[in-house]
Amino acid sequence: MSSKEAMLGRIRSALTDVTPMAPADDVAVEWTYGQRPPGASDDMLGLFVERVEDYKAVVSWVVPDEVPVRIANALADHDVTSAVVPAGAPAAWHEAVAAAGIAVVTDDPVLSHAELDATGGVVTASRVGIAETGTIVLDHAADQGRRALSLVPDVHVCVIGSDQVVSDVPEAVVRLQTSIDERLPLTWISGPSATSDIELSRVEGVHGPRILHVLLVNV
Amino acid sequence: MTAQPDTTKHERRTPAPPPVTLIGMPKFPKNAKKELANEQLRSNLRHATTTIRNKRARVVQELPHWEDLRLAGEAIKNRTLRHLDSYLLQLEQTLTANGAIVHWAADAAEANQIVIDITRSKGADEVVKVKSMATQEIDLNEALEEAGIAAWETDLAELIVQLGHDRPSHILVPAIHRNRSEVREIFLEEMGRYGTPPPEGLTDDPAMLAGAARVHLRNKFLRAKVAVSGANFAIAETGTLVVVESEGNGRMCLTLPETLISIVGIEKTLPTFADLEVFLQLLPRSSTAERMNPYTSMWSGVREGDGPQEVHVVLLDNGRTNVLADEVGRQALRCIRCSACLNICPVYERVGGHAYGSVYPGPIGAILTPQLRGIGSEVDQSLPYASSLCGACFEVCPVRINIPEVLVHLRNKVVESHGVTAEGLVMKGGSWVMAKGRNLALVQKGSKLAGRVWPGDVIGPIPIPGPAAGWTDARDLPKPPTQTFRDWWTKEHQQPEQTGESAS
Repeated sequence: MSSKEAMLGRIRSALTDVTPMAPADDVAVEWTYGQRPPGASDDMLGLFVERVEDYKAVVSWVVPDEVPVRIANALADHDVTSAVVPAGAPAAWHEAVAAAGIAVVTDDPVLSHAELDATGGVVTASRVGIAETGTIVLDHAADQGRRALSLVPDVHVCVIGSDQVVSDVPEAVVRLQTSIDERLPLTWISGPSATSDIELSRVEGVHGPRILHVLLVNV
Repeated sequence: MTAQPDTTKHERRTPAPPPVTLIGMPKFPKNAKKELANEQLRSNLRHATTTIRNKRARVVQELPHWEDLRLAGEAIKNRTLRHLDSYLLQLEQTLTANGAIVHWAADAAEANQIVIDITRSKGADEVVKVKSMATQEIDLNEALEEAGIAAWETDLAELIVQLGHDRPSHILVPAIHRNRSEVREIFLEEMGRYGTPPPEGLTDDPAMLAGAARVHLRNKFLRAKVAVSGANFAIAETGTLVVVESEGNGRMCLTLPETLISIVGIEKTLPTFADLEVFLQLLPRSSTAERMNPYTSMWSGVREGDGPQEVHVVLLDNGRTNVLADEVGRQALRCIRCSACLNICPVYERVGGHAYGSVYPGPIGAILTPQLRGIGSEVDQSLPYASSLCGACFEVCPVRINIPEVLVHLRNKVVESHGVTAEGLVMKGGSWVMAKGRNLALVQKGSKLAGRVWPGDVIGPIPIPGPAAGWTDARDLPKPPTQTFRDWWTKEHQQPEQTGESAS
């Protein structure tokens, strides 16, 4: 007998007390999915900014026309001299970064780990923002690039539209269902990398980007 | 902190853990006594657990619907467990459709062999690891070491434990028993032997220590061909695995190597992606006491051109089906490994994680370990007693595991497994005393006499030999009173009665 058959057999004999029926009929889950939670803030965007900053990330409000130049400024502010810009990002982003004298690195042909490690920054769009938890979710579509791009470089400049921000986790999960249905990987980012492993006190900056700069676009 | 050289085998690739195997460990009270004598450990633990308890209370209070979330978490997990066979088959089907290779492992040895075989087939002699309780449970690192494969822990706390030739003492923060200056010592002593040494002038500043770990591990991440992870959740409907972490070491392991092997306990299954909205609210607030942990990765098998192009998922039983078979005990399988019950537990705070003799310490360990491993050994029989049944663990549990209920249930099982016990005999004696008022009066007469002849207020440690001595040695027996409650009652109540009579 294979381990699969053995394990399934053991599960079935462990569950002899369970009446055969559809799982949903067996255990009722008293929960309405996808809801805005009770007492959610009216000032969702204000809360988003406050909560992202609480993780010691930098947040700047920008108007749509200024996004490319503000990307270049953010990179320059953190002394980045080379940055990956995903192929699917707007051409204006590539041009503005290059115009600021920062070397634009593209992932075509695919960058080696070493090349990526030698790159100082990365610019990405994003899929969803969550106000309550100060979280940004990437689904690694073409304007965000593959997962390694927003991981290995030390400075991550992340662009998110105000219309992409939702109240809390349930609304975000609803919006992300499409990405999951397309089997896109998701990365949920709440501030720069951090650890609480030494005496449970939080320290920012371990393996992921140590600087997260969020550009919140007023749309 | 000194290495334990093993002269019988090939030279070790990774730091050796302490030689004691967990299975052969003495029982909890003996371990507890030893750990209680370690003042540094108690001070480190008190500091850490107090900090995290207060933070957790603060972030939980922010959510007015916290109790509804707990109820939903409980119900979703119960639904999944009661139909686990269907959900696992669905998970296998969706994972396979997503390009992952699914393995079923009945026990630790089988799971370890699967990892060894895959790693060898890639021609690799090392793996990078994401922190994972399942791999701790099956002692994967040592199995790999014996096969000549080096397993590098990349979570900061796991790195501290590994480099310190130590064992984890907490589910979430395995190095919680170490303070910053101990961490600095370990890094200075060991880091250079296994890779990039710490920078010059390393202080005990946590930020600098974290920086040293970043530099030490970077090269290992960039060169690794194979990574091993666990998973916090496995979504049956979409074939998606979820890893919740803080440092980005998880993302490195899940993204950079060409091959990824994830060991997933069968109870990690969740029916749908939508269910995550409940658990991604419950878990971070209960574990690191944050509104959200820094990084959560979700991947559905192989994504062309992004991340590992060979993805393995090992579904692990290793005793979980035994737990499932116990109608009271199976609720332990709802556990999402947040460690809130450890942080709130007065027993854990004083004795630390090592006394429990298992990778799962604290209240959840006291009910999970004896069910996973069975109650054959001394330490596993003693674990259900490693609690004062105060109930704080149940109150903080995000999936409402009634830990005290399971503890009492397991205590009964332990007693039943012994037949007649010392406790049973004591109770038998007690029932004779209590059976008739006359019997009690007789015993009390003897006790009163003893009280009159004994000088002072206490007799001293209770002089009972044999197995009960562990409890009685540490407790002073007060001198028996010279008057029983029954005597006092009679005296007090005779007086008014007489007064009443004379007045009428």
